[in-house]
Amino acid sequence: MPAKPRILFCHCNYARVVPDEVKSSVLEGLCKSGQAFDAVADLCEMAARRDPALKRLAAGESPVKIAACYPRAVKWLFGGCQAPLNAEHTEVVNMRELNAEDATNTVLNKTLTPNLPADGSVAKVEGEKKI
Amino acid sequence: MAIAEETTLRIILYEGEGAEKLATNERSSTLLALLEKGYAVTCAGEGKVSQADESSLLVLGRFNNGKVPDAEDVNGLVSIRFKDINGHNPEEITQLVEEERENSKAAKHGDWKPWFPVIDYDRCTNCMQCLSFCLFDVYGTDDKQEIQVQNNDNCKTNCPACSRVCPEAAIMFPKYKSGPINGDVVSDGDLNREKMKIDISALLGGDVYQMLRDRSQRSRSRFSKERDSDKALGERTKCLTKLAAEADIDIPLEVLQSLPSADEIAKKAEAANAKAEAALNAQKN
Repeated sequence: MPAKPRILFCHCNYARVVPDEVKSSVLEGLCKSGQAFDAVADLCEMAARRDPALKRLAAGESPVKIAACYPRAVKWLFGGCQAPLNAEHTEVVNMRELNAEDATNTVLNKTLTPNLPADGSVAKVEGEKKI
Repeated sequence: MAIAEETTLRIILYEGEGAEKLATNERSSTLLALLEKGYAVTCAGEGKVSQADESSLLVLGRFNNGKVPDAEDVNGLVSIRFKDINGHNPEEITQLVEEERENSKAAKHGDWKPWFPVIDYDRCTNCMQCLSFCLFDVYGTDDKQEIQVQNNDNCKTNCPACSRVCPEAAIMFPKYKSGPINGDVVSDGDLNREKMKIDISALLGGDVYQMLRDRSQRSRSRFSKERDSDKALGERTKCLTKLAAEADIDIPLEVLQSLPSADEIAKKAEAANAKAEAALNAQKN
């Protein structure tokens, strides 16, 4: 039996691009489910800070579902910080496109459908200027 | 303000042995309050969460009799603190956490809207158009002369102009309203539109900022003759808005109005072009 995906939820704090009702529904669904999960305020802000926590959130062999926005954006928010996501084990649930019910069901569903865009190298940012 | 490289305080909402379980609505309201203040929260439960790293942990729980556990990392790498939240509402809990954050090295949140370009390296061809175009030193190159975002907090909030000049639609602003700039899939139609924008820029003399600045100066001198300053400001705003729409590069009005002098623009454009040129030459060698 495949491993149950770990869940990461992004609250997209600093913009109104993800509908509130979708975010609330997914968050409430997670809180009701009794399932363990990680929640972050804003993946963009973490990427802007090159937050080392992104490496922790991306690491590990177990499959992960990320409730956030577009898969291409999520891939490179992590990739640009030298915290590449494993394309074979990552599904991004796009809360900008799905309605509240579909987003919640997809996050809680134990099946994982990997959907990161085609493979590419991560950003070459070693030695990059610190911000 | 310079955004620093720093980590977010990781909070664990603990409901296991030695602590009382929270009702669903209490769990979600506490979690929401913490997220809105910018924290990262791990909710314990069935299944896995992300692994521990060396960052500090703050464990919140309704510990039995208010007695917090006496625990520490056996390897001494992780600082673990506990806080009892018995009798506290979500607002009070965030206050407790904020006090803890101030005593730690964790990031303070909310001072800056995270608006900056994210490069899709699957698409980027290192053509350096973004580097030549941006006047705010957001872009630079690494030691292999490949493009990278270096000063993301120099980026002008809500301005996606550099993504418009990227011929491969490789620059994303995840908080932008529409695709492909927001990270949505890139279509052939998007690529053709992007190419058209480059051509428009070339027709305007290859320097959109110069064109904008010239237009802005003309409107300024025209309106300086106006007696009614409010009316003049209104007209100028209208003119700049129209200009931004005509150029179809979606530069916010505040950015247009804060453009430096024509001389400074010329100097910055020259420096950016030189950087881009040097990077392109190095790629060829």
